[in-house]
Amino acid sequence: MFPTPLEKTSRRWQISYQVLLPLMLIIWLLPLIAVANFSIKPEADFVNGNYWGIPSSFDAFSNYGKVFFESNMPRYLWNSLFITIPTVIGAVALSCMAGFALGIYKFRSNLLIFFIFIAGNFVPFQILMVPVRDLTVNMNLYDTKTGLVLFHIAFQTGFCTLFMRNFIRALPFPLIEAARVEGISEWRIFLFVVLPLMKPALAALAVLIFTFIWNDYFWAVVLTQGPTAQPVTAGITEFNSQFRAAYHLMSAGSIVAALPPVAMFFLMQKHFIAGLTLGAVK
Amino acid sequence: MATAAPTRSWYKRNEIAITPWLFLLPAMIFFAVYVIIPIGQSFWISLHDWDGLGEKTWVGTANYERLLGIGDQNMDRKFTVSFWNNLKWLILYLLAIPAGLFIALFLNQTVTGIRFYKSMFFFPFVISQVVVGLVFSWFYLPREGLLNAVLAVFGAGPVNILGDPTLATYGIIAAGLWPQTAYCMILYLTGLNAVDPEQVEAARLDGAKGHKMLWYVILPQLKPATFIAFVVTIIGALRSFDLISVMTNGGPFGSTRVLSFYMFEESLSEFGFRMGYGAAIAVVLFFLMLGFITYFLYSMYRDEKGAH
Repeated sequence: MFPTPLEKTSRRWQISYQVLLPLMLIIWLLPLIAVANFSIKPEADFVNGNYWGIPSSFDAFSNYGKVFFESNMPRYLWNSLFITIPTVIGAVALSCMAGFALGIYKFRSNLLIFFIFIAGNFVPFQILMVPVRDLTVNMNLYDTKTGLVLFHIAFQTGFCTLFMRNFIRALPFPLIEAARVEGISEWRIFLFVVLPLMKPALAALAVLIFTFIWNDYFWAVVLTQGPTAQPVTAGITEFNSQFRAAYHLMSAGSIVAALPPVAMFFLMQKHFIAGLTLGAVK
Repeated sequence: MATAAPTRSWYKRNEIAITPWLFLLPAMIFFAVYVIIPIGQSFWISLHDWDGLGEKTWVGTANYERLLGIGDQNMDRKFTVSFWNNLKWLILYLLAIPAGLFIALFLNQTVTGIRFYKSMFFFPFVISQVVVGLVFSWFYLPREGLLNAVLAVFGAGPVNILGDPTLATYGIIAAGLWPQTAYCMILYLTGLNAVDPEQVEAARLDGAKGHKMLWYVILPQLKPATFIAFVVTIIGALRSFDLISVMTNGGPFGSTRVLSFYMFEESLSEFGFRMGYGAAIAVVLFFLMLGFITYFLYSMYRDEKGAH
């Protein structure tokens, strides 16, 4: 193990490590701690210039209550959910199938198609922006959740296919050969042999895509404009103009907007990190 | 029934050849319509003058000439600023890799509660860039921000980072480095987990330690993690849009624009939709990225070939 395990180091370093650890963490999260502190302060603290000190009274309930009951925030959260969930399902389904095709079968253009998926996943959003916006307007899907979902599914398919294909590649191939010898048809092999083995990959991909899509801002601004379809990342701008300079409310709003992926991460940590670090180890 | 039987047998005979295409079809259609074809369309639009609604007017390479200052005109000043800012992003963003490695080395211990620490260090990555942008712009506020309060303790400041054209871009990059470092850290933590303990012990017996051990024994084994960290950091640097849009909206005096932001501004700004010009900027950005994409794909291709 590297660096040297703590047990084998000097007593002095052991103690300093135990002190440094929480200290580093506090410094690392300082901007966030400041915002969390903002969000539970009463408005009076900002008037009196008590910006960073201990809140003069605990106003979390009234601040967060305002976010939920006196703004469009619940609506935006709802939109985000209805954009994110269908995208996760769509992208995972499409890429499962594509990954199966590219991971199991040998045909001439296999690697070429695979590389097109990877390359497409790396292109800058801006080169797609004008045509995709135009296409969405022409399909009468501008400022709808469906318009966003369709694009997200398509774009995420690139990354998801890369992920699924590499995962399927690592499965034991004799299993599929054995199934073929038994005379099982190809789509049944997919459904009953490969799919059950892909559960960890499905879970990892689902949490990753959930986070990516929930946090998307660029496409939300390009393809939607009002509270009927905008997700929370774009809606927060409108929320902030509603409560201009009311830092206690704006920070409460931001925390609410950021929370779902954070919760997802802490609940599904193992899968999340497994997905993110795929390929980091050979 | 008479027709069904031969069709079925034809399918049965060619099952292995046809199935992959059936499985690929939905993904390929989606990907072609929303990703591959739009790239070509953007090239086409960049050769036109277009407000996004009416007819496109063919202007040839005029958009590029204006952008790059070919002929008797000056290079677009906003483009120059954006381009240099992109370079700053690219170079400074790479700091996330050593910073992530440093934190990973610091956290790669087995003390009680270390799992908690690892996830707390990682979790800025999970927060959306919009919220990261907001959090940092409040952190930087000249009067209410915590940064100036901390600086005051050391007798420095106050600074108005986002209000100063010479500092604003660096302020935004610092905000971007926060989640990016977390990402690199988690890649390295996973990599460190898989480092061969026997090699480390052998090197220790040979007297290697500290940075020598890191450089000659550990880092070579972390190469796959470094590669991925490099890929995601470069892509992240060139995609910087959210933070700029939220923190400064390109200002002050347009000093924080990058190509991705400038393109958006030209295409969908309040001064009218100049989609042709925007598309031309996007094409330039695309070629900038293409250099890196080619390198990434080449590395992956080499690995693929090596695996068989």
